[in-house]
Amino acid sequence: MQLGSLQEVITEYVRDGQSVALEGFTHLIPFAAGHEILRQKKRDLHLIRMTPDVIYDQLIGAGCVRELTFSWGGNPGVGSLYRLRDAVENDWPRPLVIHEHSHAGMAAAYAAGAARLPFGILHGYVGTDLARVNSQVREVRCPYTNARIATVPAINPDVTILHAQAADRQGNVLIQGIVAGQKEAALAARTLIITVEEIVDCLTTSMNAIVLPHWVVTAIAHVPVGACPSYAHRYYARDNAFYLAWDEIARDRDTFNSWIARHILETRDHAQFLDSLREAA
Amino acid sequence: MNAQSLSADTKHYTSDEMMTVAAARLLWSGCVCFVGIGIPSAAANLARLTHAKGIVLIYESGAIGTNPSVLPLSIGDGELAETATAVVSLPEVFAYWLQAGRIDVGFLGAAQIDRFGNLNTTVIGDYSKPRTRLPGAGGAPDIAHHAKQTFVVLKQSLRTFVEKLDFRTTAGFLNGHGERALHHIPGAGPTVVITDLGILRPAPDSEELTLMARYEDVSVDKIRAATGWPLAVADTIEVIPPPNADDLRVLRDLHERTRMAHEAPVLSSNEKSSTAPIPSHSHVQA
Repeated sequence: MQLGSLQEVITEYVRDGQSVALEGFTHLIPFAAGHEILRQKKRDLHLIRMTPDVIYDQLIGAGCVRELTFSWGGNPGVGSLYRLRDAVENDWPRPLVIHEHSHAGMAAAYAAGAARLPFGILHGYVGTDLARVNSQVREVRCPYTNARIATVPAINPDVTILHAQAADRQGNVLIQGIVAGQKEAALAARTLIITVEEIVDCLTTSMNAIVLPHWVVTAIAHVPVGACPSYAHRYYARDNAFYLAWDEIARDRDTFNSWIARHILETRDHAQFLDSLREAA
Repeated sequence: MNAQSLSADTKHYTSDEMMTVAAARLLWSGCVCFVGIGIPSAAANLARLTHAKGIVLIYESGAIGTNPSVLPLSIGDGELAETATAVVSLPEVFAYWLQAGRIDVGFLGAAQIDRFGNLNTTVIGDYSKPRTRLPGAGGAPDIAHHAKQTFVVLKQSLRTFVEKLDFRTTAGFLNGHGERALHHIPGAGPTVVITDLGILRPAPDSEELTLMARYEDVSVDKIRAATGWPLAVADTIEVIPPPNADDLRVLRDLHERTRMAHEAPVLSSNEKSSTAPIPSHSHVQA
């Protein structure tokens, strides 16, 4: 486990053309890491996430993304992701190849990836058009009952990036609250990068909390408030007002471009990004 | 009309309120309900706060038995975790809870529905070059596959009630006449569709959605005109009573609390402390 600045870690481990999962299900979304990828102008990424939200909208609109594997792409409780829509509907700023699942399908694919199985199985996709447009959704016969079961190939991202509440000085990482598919995405990855709210001498948690041991973690960056405008349970709340505001910002290409310029490209790091949001408020 | 005077006026109500109340009435105490965001979430929580106090609400983010004081904006809001009996991972909620058949009612919205209760939440237009790209499947196909029954709630118009879906995201009764059962899909499918005009249920043999009930001030002709296929209508149409004062008060209070909670900015120039970490489980700050 390596401890570095977010800038160093992204420079070293995220390369053009890789598959990258910045996981999080509303909670603990690694916004700071996504912004750093955008600042460093990574290109041709294959982004993976069950619920691509505003950070993926930003990366797609900024032209960093070639492919997207996902199961629900919207601004939760608000509506569309306009940059994702513009890419799919109008190829702007570049065409986007999409691989689409249901949540249960993608969860099975991550779980298979974490277990280094070739595919995941589930009862699902029957009678839906998803299997028609995603040739990766197939089926097998149960060897015991001959029943048909849907299959999805394992997802093994080149890099998974998570935001977590805390790490200790050895690099053991604590995640708690709504954890969705974070553990599976972490263990499915070839390289695992974690940003954390704080680094502590000792993690004191209940024995069933999710702790990713230091020897599966590639690198950690200490980034306080690194999930904002998403939230970190017991640290700060979700900035729902920002998600509502994003609807207006992302609707229009010019408004979007000036927001990205002011808040991401012209800020040095996450602390400056947070300052720029406060100034705009 | 401001929120205060609307809240006090229980003689008048909107069609959204009528739809939400009508949907809530169909839920019962003890029901295990897998809840989608939007009107399903409002209706399920209204039921929990009125006649169905023992309802178990499950959100796909992994919150099981949750009792939020405000409606979540997103399906993974912290409020859902804080007030839950248990919080589990997403692979677990879909595999051990939904797929295992532990859900009584899956409660969904949709952008389009057809006469057999199949749903579209993926695209308007052609998939490869859509006119409108919608968010996509989420857990809807899985919920509709496994829940013992599915309730669907959406506004009824020629845009939403269509002859042919642009994309079948979620299977209802497929082409009807028992096709769903032939595919060994375990859940009973969309047993009720609640709209802003009335309530539809599948006919016993054809499984075609049939108008069973209307709201007080809505004519059957109006409902036919808002349906993109020749609508089947039951011989006797029930008239659904309007929301009572208690339903409206609880629903409006819930929406008002929710609005205030969602508008409160977390980051502002004079409230830097609101973003400062509050260490709760660790002794030493780095």
